[in-house]
Amino acid sequence: MTMQDSHSLAPGRHSARTTTPGPVDQGADVQPYVTADGRRIGGVLMDLRNITLRFGGVEAIKNISFDIREGEIRAIIGPNGAGKSSMLNVISGFYVPQEGEVWFKGFRRGPMRPYQVARLGIARTFQNIALFDGMTVLDNIMTGRLTMMKSNMLQQALWWGTAEREEIAHREKVEKIIDFLEIQNIRKTPVGRLPYGLKKRVELARALAAEPGLLLLDEPMAGMNVEEKEDMSRFILDVNDEFGTTIALIEHDMGVVMDLSDRVVVMDYGRKIGDGTPDEVRNNQAVIDAYLGVAHD
Amino acid sequence: MEQLLYTAEVVVNGLMAGVMYSLVALGFVLIFKASGVFNYAQGVLALFAALTLVGIQQGQVPFAHLINAITGSHLEHFGWTVPSLLAILLTAGVMILLALAIEKLVLQHLVGQAPIILFMATIGLAYFLEGLGDIMWGANVKSLDVGIPQGISETAEAWTAQLTGYGFFIDRLDIWATVIAALLVAALVAFSQYTKQGRAMRAVADDPQAALSVGISLRFIWIMVWSIAGFVALVAGIMWGTKSGVQFSLSLIALKALPVLMLGGFTSIPGAIVGGLIIGVGEKLFEYSIGPMVGGATENWFAYVLALLFLVFRPQGLFGEKIIERV
Ligand SMILES: Nc1ncnc2c1ncn2[C@@H]1O[C@H](COP(=O)(O)OP(=O)(O)OP(=O)(O)O)[C@@H](O)[C@H]1O
Ligand SMILES: [Mg+2]
Repeated sequence: MTMQDSHSLAPGRHSARTTTPGPVDQGADVQPYVTADGRRIGGVLMDLRNITLRFGGVEAIKNISFDIREGEIRAIIGPNGAGKSSMLNVISGFYVPQEGEVWFKGFRRGPMRPYQVARLGIARTFQNIALFDGMTVLDNIMTGRLTMMKSNMLQQALWWGTAEREEIAHREKVEKIIDFLEIQNIRKTPVGRLPYGLKKRVELARALAAEPGLLLLDEPMAGMNVEEKEDMSRFILDVNDEFGTTIALIEHDMGVVMDLSDRVVVMDYGRKIGDGTPDEVRNNQAVIDAYLGVAHD
Repeated sequence: MEQLLYTAEVVVNGLMAGVMYSLVALGFVLIFKASGVFNYAQGVLALFAALTLVGIQQGQVPFAHLINAITGSHLEHFGWTVPSLLAILLTAGVMILLALAIEKLVLQHLVGQAPIILFMATIGLAYFLEGLGDIMWGANVKSLDVGIPQGISETAEAWTAQLTGYGFFIDRLDIWATVIAALLVAALVAFSQYTKQGRAMRAVADDPQAALSVGISLRFIWIMVWSIAGFVALVAGIMWGTKSGVQFSLSLIALKALPVLMLGGFTSIPGAIVGGLIIGVGEKLFEYSIGPMVGGATENWFAYVLALLFLVFRPQGLFGEKIIERV
């Protein structure tokens, strides 16, 4: 899918009203718990309530509600065109739903532009890789930290005062991420020249550079071979485990989804047809029906 | 030998004329790269900047005609003059306000529209600014003097005479224009490579979608880029205005920038510079060598013929990225 959406690039179409304070419902089922592999899952981080998104006559998302909890890996699955990417775009502010509420960290989020959402600590990757092809791997990853830089323009231009110290500090963080994702040997390579699998990894690195509280991955393993998929799975697990980053990801490979995720949302034709642990979802009749006879890769 | 030196003088003069073309082309490229808008109004921007500069410098009352017509007053001048440097700074401020207004009133409402629509909007903008300039500052031809020396440089003549035995005729204004343009380009490069805002600008030019996802506000970048383009236009306006007065024809330098862009590519800053220099030199050399055979005045059309040849054989220009349609 290409993002030919008009509102994503529309600054100022909606007012930048940010957040309205309010409590998150603390139902009985949001008690923190520790997973079998020892990761701590906290309260609700992102709560989507009755989201409906239309493109002209097409209802891409039909009245969907679900939540994402702190520290978990949440998968969104479903056949092609089910509305998964649209859902991720709603979370990251690229699409603005006609109906419904988005709650983040206990606050209701007003209509926000994507760059504002990013500054809240929500980073993402795209289904069709969106990297800065003209820059090196290192520079691409550095852009993930651009909005954190504090020194002023003159200091930066003259490489003066706080600018130098700041740049070095950011570089150190970025180098750590580069080591973590094992891409040291391509640090200086222009991204446009990299093979597909590595591009996906660089995109993940750029998202991580922002030290996000919530990481959104749109088909991080699409088009990869088995070995690359295994690497990517390992990285996703490690990010979640070591940094405690909450992750929402879309994936078609069922094996991968079952291995990685704590909970799964299943979408079909814009509706939510299942929500639960991988085991629950696997045995859900509606889910089985949706996947029968539907060609997907 | 004599012949060779004479040619060298033509080349040097061509290079300096080319600097002017480069400056205007630079404004185009900046805006095109960052927002995909082909800004037809770039030339008028230079005219508007030059008009404003003269107006501020001479203490003209803006909209004097309009105010007088409505209120029956006889305003014309405030009765003061503003020092050149301050006037330039104030004009730069006006160009930033203009960028803000353009984003707010025009671009913001056309987001996501096809490039041709944005292009049409800038045509409208060009006519609007032309009219605004007239109403604000009057339509008469004005002379602009911010203290840049003019006339044949004796130093250059003496220096080249000593070096080669033949004194080059070089206009001091051209020398200054070259130095200032070089400084401007150096500042722009430093800005785009080393500052956070410059990096954000490059990111937006490369992939707006990805830029948004790392927290860059497109709107801020657009205002910034239009402001910079306005400033570049101001510099071009000062050079050109000093040379041949501030009048409507100043906006037509944009037409010379077009062949420069065809040569240099629409997305390349080095391309805009080299393209401008090539056109400047090519024009002068052609006029010098072939001109007399065809009755002269080749400078009027040489650039366009060259651009046409490029369009046929290398449409992406010298430095532009290869145009590949994605399927
Ligand atoms: N910008 C848009 N403009 C118009 N329609 C859109 C837009 N984005 C998505 N859609 C439509 O919304 C529906 C859901 O698309 P979406 O991309 O969210 O599906 P998906 O589940 O991510 O599919 P896939 O597995 O193929 O990536 C589709 O019918 C699609 O055509
Ligand atoms: Mg998708």
